[in-house]
Amino acid sequence: MAVYSTNEFRSGLKVMLDNDPCAIIENEFVKPGKGQAFNRVKIRNLKTARVIERTFKSGDTLEGADVVDVEMQYLYNDGEYRHFMMQETFEQYQADSKIVGDAALWLKDQDMCTVTLWNDAPLAVTPANFVELEIIETDPGVRGDTSGGGGKPAKLSTGAVVRVPLFVQQGEMIKVDTRTAEYISRVKE
Amino acid sequence: MLERIRAFFAQRHVLEVETPILSHASGTDPQLAFFTTTYYSPPQTHTLFLQTSPEFAMKRLLASGCGSIYQICKAFRNNEVGRFHNPEFTLLEWYRVGFDLHDLMDEVEALFNALFGEHLKAPERLAYSTVFAHYTGLDALTFSYHTYCDFAKRENLQDAITLCGENHALWLDFLFSFCVQPHLGKNALCLIYGYPACQSSLARINATNPSITDRVEVFINGVELGNGFYELTHAAEQNARFDAEISARKNDNLPQATKDTRLLAALDAGLPDCAGIAIGLDRVLMILNESASISDVLSFDIQHA
Repeated sequence: MAVYSTNEFRSGLKVMLDNDPCAIIENEFVKPGKGQAFNRVKIRNLKTARVIERTFKSGDTLEGADVVDVEMQYLYNDGEYRHFMMQETFEQYQADSKIVGDAALWLKDQDMCTVTLWNDAPLAVTPANFVELEIIETDPGVRGDTSGGGGKPAKLSTGAVVRVPLFVQQGEMIKVDTRTAEYISRVKE
Repeated sequence: MLERIRAFFAQRHVLEVETPILSHASGTDPQLAFFTTTYYSPPQTHTLFLQTSPEFAMKRLLASGCGSIYQICKAFRNNEVGRFHNPEFTLLEWYRVGFDLHDLMDEVEALFNALFGEHLKAPERLAYSTVFAHYTGLDALTFSYHTYCDFAKRENLQDAITLCGENHALWLDFLFSFCVQPHLGKNALCLIYGYPACQSSLARINATNPSITDRVEVFINGVELGNGFYELTHAAEQNARFDAEISARKNDNLPQATKDTRLLAALDAGLPDCAGIAIGLDRVLMILNESASISDVLSFDIQHA
């Protein structure tokens, strides 16, 4: 497995720390002008989902974790597990809510997403960057309003709540950036 | 900002200079990684270094008798990228002949007053050991492994114990960076002076207290903006520190540095008593603009350069 140095620790990089697969969340370079450089790193343990903070000397290394991201189709939720399928092999994987986490807010049946596997078992699920979802609940908009200005909360079919412009109505499909939970546009049927 | 800085020094009759960015020698500080490049001068090729600061060249000018000088220039430090670091950055560096550390601190306060005016509260001036004791309860000048470890355990900084071991200077870097610095200069200029002697770099050891050094650091809102010294003028002492740093580089398997013999010759010829300081202008601009990242104040950061 590859070895990564502190300056390669980018958000999303998977490394082994204390024998657990971990993902780098944040890496802050701290250096006194005349002194040792450190990296303060926020790391999520991918097994326990716990976030810890560790400090390294700049230049220290960690071994990469045998973690792969695989494109899969989200199939359904059986109440306890969510099921995913690899499209080429039809191989199926299941993941509980602890593993799926916030991605659940953006998963619509049949949509593609990224499932992270460690030793062939799901560790994490990442939704597509952009998803199209239906608004199931929002206040009626004010007449004549255009896209500028305020906005209002809208509840989507998956349970996520995003701010949308006032003219967007209940029942419409909208496109959302899942990384920022921001409204992008309406989707024409 | 640059206009105000130039007006400030013009009024004080400090001469603006320019020195080479490319040099035959480099700094030896094991904590600074330099960039190298190749100079073809057929039939020979030479390795040249991009300066990590204009300090050595400016000191050579001082030794030649130019009087007080300042420079605004680019400096390069390899491997330094982060919210407050870009490998290429802009320094304001100045030297005042006949100044000691306190005269220099007065001038730093005056300069920041000229740049920030009413936006900052009254400046603070604190001794390193005082501020260190205030935030950690530890004695910065005398190292006690067990007391330092107990503090690290209490503060959930166990990493410090594995990283720093018995190395006092490393402990100070760690604890100061994480426990002290973030609190310094809330909306005010904060000058920290009297660094422990093991962190002296190119500063003089204090004449009355040999456990501290005549070095000052400048902070606003927990951001380090600059570092100044009552300059070491003693060539033999400088040479010894260079040699120590070069062997430290060797022990840590760092790229070999080339000792600046021209600086040593200049010191030998006589560097006048002076104090000097370097201020990172990109960070000053960050604070003036309340920017979250250094890339916000650069036209193109290293990823986009």
